[in-house]
Amino acid sequence: MFEFVNTLLIGITAGSIYSLMAIAIVLVWRSTRVVNFAAGGIALASTFVGATILETTGSFWIALPVAMLAGAALSAFIEYFFLRPLLHRSGERTQEIFLPIIATLGILGVMKALLHFIYGEKIGVISPPLSDKGFIVSGESIALSPLRLMILGIVLVLMIGLTLIFQRTNLGLSLRAASFAPEISRLSGIRVDLIRTLGWAISGAAGATAGILQTVNGSGSVTPEAFEFSLLLVFGFVAAVIGGIESLIGAVIGGLTLGIILAIILMYVGGSLVFFSAFLILILVLLLRPHGIIGVKGGRRA
Amino acid sequence: MLRIKNLVVDHGAIRALHGVSISIEKGQLAAVIGANGAGKTTLLRTLSGLNKASDGSATWGDLNILHSKPESLVRHGISHVSEGKSVIPELTVAENLDLGALWRRNRKEAAQSKREVVELFPRLGERLSQRADSLSGGERQMLAIGRSMMSKPQLLLLDEPSLGLAPLVIEQIFQSIRDLTTAMGLTVLLVEQNAMGALKIADIGIVLNLGSIAASGSAAALRDDPAVRAAYLGF
Ligand SMILES: Nc1ncnc2c1ncn2[C@@H]1O[C@H](COP(=O)(O)OP(=O)(O)O)[C@@H](O)[C@H]1O
Ligand SMILES: [Mg+2]
Repeated sequence: MFEFVNTLLIGITAGSIYSLMAIAIVLVWRSTRVVNFAAGGIALASTFVGATILETTGSFWIALPVAMLAGAALSAFIEYFFLRPLLHRSGERTQEIFLPIIATLGILGVMKALLHFIYGEKIGVISPPLSDKGFIVSGESIALSPLRLMILGIVLVLMIGLTLIFQRTNLGLSLRAASFAPEISRLSGIRVDLIRTLGWAISGAAGATAGILQTVNGSGSVTPEAFEFSLLLVFGFVAAVIGGIESLIGAVIGGLTLGIILAIILMYVGGSLVFFSAFLILILVLLLRPHGIIGVKGGRRA
Repeated sequence: MLRIKNLVVDHGAIRALHGVSISIEKGQLAAVIGANGAGKTTLLRTLSGLNKASDGSATWGDLNILHSKPESLVRHGISHVSEGKSVIPELTVAENLDLGALWRRNRKEAAQSKREVVELFPRLGERLSQRADSLSGGERQMLAIGRSMMSKPQLLLLDEPSLGLAPLVIEQIFQSIRDLTTAMGLTVLLVEQNAMGALKIADIGIVLNLGSIAASGSAAALRDDPAVRAAYLGF
């Protein structure tokens, strides 16, 4: 029982980080219908920015928002200079549907190469601002530490913030309208191109946070080839698909579900099966519930 | 006033409009009628900036409206309600309405527009917090027109508001359009396959056939012209 609760705690923490990555992917998908592999590169580059800021200022609480801003700027830059011209030119022909996907894969590769060029063999270090020693409950140390609590808190604050932005503000209404019906939105006076760039920017900030949290929750350091980031990208995609790829709430549910299942497998089955299990879940969801576990066929949710 | 001169529009290799000229005075309700495929939708989409013109000109007052984007034409008082109950089903009725006024700086005036729309279409007022996909066809068309009114337009472009509606509802919608035009001093370009209904409320009529103007004149004269009736109105 004790072990199971610990496994759940580990799964929820990891899952909350996958949720953030899934949100990054869902935001771009909803605003431009692009499968954004570059999200992994944006998270990675922002984490390096965070590490550099942490090194110079010594403060995690300065490094995190700066990394988020860097992620937002980088993501908006990629949309504006690479995807926008591509999407304006591409039409309905089959080969052109693959163009944006190949472009984001290419951008991911270029970003990794650039990071390698800039940082070389140097690793980025994000030392946790809080202790990762578990709290003691009736004499035993549990899997919930001040650090894990902080991670959950940051994710929760961002989720609440995003929900408020999307449901309560004019910007949120523009973002939703532009993703559901770009033409009606333009006829209503929404500058859809600008709104799309903003959608990418918010996605970049979410991805940057996921990258920083993934690093402090893991080894505490990052390299341009970090396997942890490939996992983050893949798990973010799986979580987004589980949640139906259209919905922010779905992304959160998908991330938590995936985190918990993978933690259970890691604990009771074995680490070598984690990656395989993620793909198995992905395939099962695609076969059995192609619109996600909360998705309704044909009905998109705000 | 709206002045369209020799407007030519192509969809790739297909020429949809072959040099169309139309003049509408301020405050007039003009009905463009014609069969399916005549080029009515293309005409409106070109005037609102969604489609590109190949040749010709179109001006609204001093404003050259070709080569402008829809989102900037809205800011100049030109609003287009596109074909087929153009509402966003995933959003609530209130959100659909608000969408039309997001660009307006003066929030007080925007709120005033919303009160006017709700007054005009009380059925929308009762359903503000419902999703738009819960509305009937007629209510959706009201919502689409209402959203357009939220941008305080001077020139309203309406694409087949009667499409797919029951006869009784069509009558209501047409009456609302007539009332709106008069009450707000709007200029309206109404595109319709329902020729009789549109000509009944319109001041002037234009018959579009295969991308060219086949006849035009006062709505009453067109309605009574036996040649036009036989050839284009089908009654
Ligand atoms: N996007 C498009 N691509 C190619 N042809 C089109 C397109 N839209 C309309 N057309 C063609 O242009 C002509 C006029 O269409 P349209 O303006 O929709 O007419 P209407 O609204 O009067 O039914 C038709 O021949 C139609 O097939
Ligand atoms: Mg049409």
